Amino acid sequence: MAKRIETVDLSCYYGSMQAVEGVSLTVEPKSVTAFIGPSGCGKSTFLRALNRMHEVIPNARIEGTVLLDDEDIYGPGIEAAAVRRTIGMVFQKPNPFPTMSIYDNVAAGLKLNGIRKKSELDGAVERSLRGANLWDEVKSRLNKPGMGLSGGQQQRLCIARAIAVEPQVLLMDEPCSALDPISTLAIEDLINELKDRYTIVIVTHNMQQAARVSDVTAFFTLKGPGEPGRLIEVDATQKIFTNPSEKRTEDYITGRFG
Amino acid sequence: MASITTADTASLRSSSRSARGDAVFRTLTFIAGAFVFVLLGAIALFLVIKAMPAIKNDPTNFFTTTQWSSSAYGIAATLFGTALTAVLALAIAVPVGVGVALYITQYAPRRIATLLGYVTDMLAAVPSVVYGLWGLIFLLPRMVGIDHFLAKYFGWTGLFHDPAGGLNTFPKTIFSASIVLSIMVLPIIAAISREVFRQVDPVQKEAALALGATRWEMIRTAVLPPSRAGVISATMLGLGRALGETIAVALVIGNVNRVSGHVLVPGGNTIAANIANTFGEAADKGPLIASGLVLFVLTLVVNLAARYVILRAGTEERSAV
Ligand SMILES: Nc1ncnc2c1ncn2[C@@H]1O[C@H](COP(=O)(O)OP(=O)(O)O)[C@@H](O)[C@H]1O
Ligand SMILES: [Mg+2]
Repeated sequence: MAKRIETVDLSCYYGSMQAVEGVSLTVEPKSVTAFIGPSGCGKSTFLRALNRMHEVIPNARIEGTVLLDDEDIYGPGIEAAAVRRTIGMVFQKPNPFPTMSIYDNVAAGLKLNGIRKKSELDGAVERSLRGANLWDEVKSRLNKPGMGLSGGQQQRLCIARAIAVEPQVLLMDEPCSALDPISTLAIEDLINELKDRYTIVIVTHNMQQAARVSDVTAFFTLKGPGEPGRLIEVDATQKIFTNPSEKRTEDYITGRFG
Repeated sequence: MASITTADTASLRSSSRSARGDAVFRTLTFIAGAFVFVLLGAIALFLVIKAMPAIKNDPTNFFTTTQWSSSAYGIAATLFGTALTAVLALAIAVPVGVGVALYITQYAPRRIATLLGYVTDMLAAVPSVVYGLWGLIFLLPRMVGIDHFLAKYFGWTGLFHDPAGGLNTFPKTIFSASIVLSIMVLPIIAAISREVFRQVDPVQKEAALALGATRWEMIRTAVLPPSRAGVISATMLGLGRALGETIAVALVIGNVNRVSGHVLVPGGNTIAANIANTFGEAADKGPLIASGLVLFVLTLVVNLAARYVILRAGTEERSAV
C-alpha cells in the first residue's frame, strides 16, 4: 500500500523561469515527511512534480528524475493519469465537486476507474469515509451536496475522495491553511492514522504542525526573489527542530529568517 | 488635480447641488426603465388588438388550419415548421457549439483559442441576410448530395425519408433552413458555453486530474456538471433566435405550408418566413399579425424559461454553501 518516492536532481520550470533547482530527496514509505520553508521557495511546485500535476500548467516542465519504488514516473510509456491514481493529492483549498453529493464525491475516482457495481462502490465509500474520520458525521446524509459541509469536513471529504482510489502515496499541500484550529487538529489526527498505510508528504507553513505530525522534515529556501528554491536540509523532524546541521535551517525555525 | 480639488470642496460646501444632480439622474434612469416596460406592453397590446379580430373572423380554426390564404388561414403548418427548424438547428448547433467552447477553453493553445474566440464572435456579427444569401446561392446546390446521402442511409429514421424519391436539385427544405439556422445560432451557443466553461474553478479541474482522470474524464467530471445550467440557458437563447429568424429562413425554405416530418421534401414554412414572404401582397395584415403574436409569445416563453434556469441554478449553488 505504500511506496517510496525518490527524486534525483529534480528541477522545475515555469517557461523559462526556474522555480526549483536540483533537489535530491527520498521519501520513505509509511512515514510523514513535511516540507517547510518560506513562501515562494517552490514547495508546492516540487510537491506537484511528484505526481505530475506540475505539467498541468501550460509551459511547466521538469528536469531530473522522480522514482516511485525505482520506477521512473516520467519514463516513456508512463501515463500521467496512471501516476496520479497511484500518487494522490489533497489541495490547500478544500475542493469537493460542487454539483456532487458526499457519496458521489468519494465515488468519483472509483467511477473513473470503471467501478460501477453499487455494492462495491458502497463498500469503498464507507471505507474511505471511515478512513478519513468523517463517516459518523455524514452517514445519515450521504446524498446531500458535499459543499454543504463545513470547511474542515470538506477537506476530510477530499481526503476520503483521494484515498478511495487506494493510492500508494498521499501528497498534501497546506491542507489545513484554510481551516480553523479544531478542524486542523482533526486533520492532523487523521494524518497520524493514515501513515500506517500510506506514504505521506505534507507541505506546511506552520512549523508546530510539521513538528507535530511529521517523522522527517525537509527545509527548502531560496536566496532571494527570482531565485530558484533549493533543498537545504532533510532529516528526522526531531533533529531538524532541536539541532539542525545547517545554519539557515536554524535561522528559519527559530524565526530569525530575513 | 485642480478639478478634483474643486469638486471636493464644492461637494463639501453645497451639498444641495449634488443632491439635485442625484435626483435628476434618478428620475432619468427611472424614466428609461419605465420606457422599456411601456414599450413591451405597447408591442403586446398592438399585437393583441390587431390579432384578435383576425383570429375571430377566421372561417376556419386559426390554430389547426395549415393553409394560408385570404379565405382560410391558420398557423398549424408554420408553427410546426418554426418549431421543427429551430429544434433541428439546435440538434446540430448545440453539440458543435459546446464542442467549440470545450476546445477553446480546455484543449487549444492560448493563441489558437483567442483566434477561434474572435472568429466565433465575428460569426455572430454577420447580418442574417448574408447568411440567407449564402444559404441560397452557395449551400442549396451543395445540399443535393448531402440530402441524397441522408435519404439513402438514414431514410429509415423517417426524418430523412424521401417518399416521392424526387429530391430536388435546388432543395428548399426544412433541413436546408435548419442548417442555415444552426450556423446562425452556433456563435451564441459557443460564446455563452465558452464563458460558462471558463467560470469553472481550476481547483475543481485539478481535483479531477489528481484522481487520475484523463483530460476528457476531467471535463466530464469537473467541467460539464457545474456548467449544465449555463449550457441549457445558452441553448434556450439560441432557440429564441432560431424561432424568430426571418429573412435567412425565408430565402432557403420552400414556403409550402405542410405538416410533415420528412425534412428533405421540398417545402415547409415558418411563421417568420411566412410573414416576410406574404406581407407585401396581403390585403388584410391582421392574420399575419396574429401569427406574429403567437411567435412573440413563444419566444417570450423560451426566454423566460432560460432566465428561470439561470436563476434556479444560482439559488441552488447559494443554498448548497
Ligand atoms: N502557475 C505558475 N506559473 C508561473 N509561476 C509560478 C506558478 N506557480 C508558482 N510559480 C512561481 O514559482 C515559485 C515557487 O512557487 P510555489 O511552488 O508556489 O512556492 P511555495 O509553495 O513554496 O510558496 C514562485 O516564484 C512562484 O511565483
Ligand atoms: Mg505553496
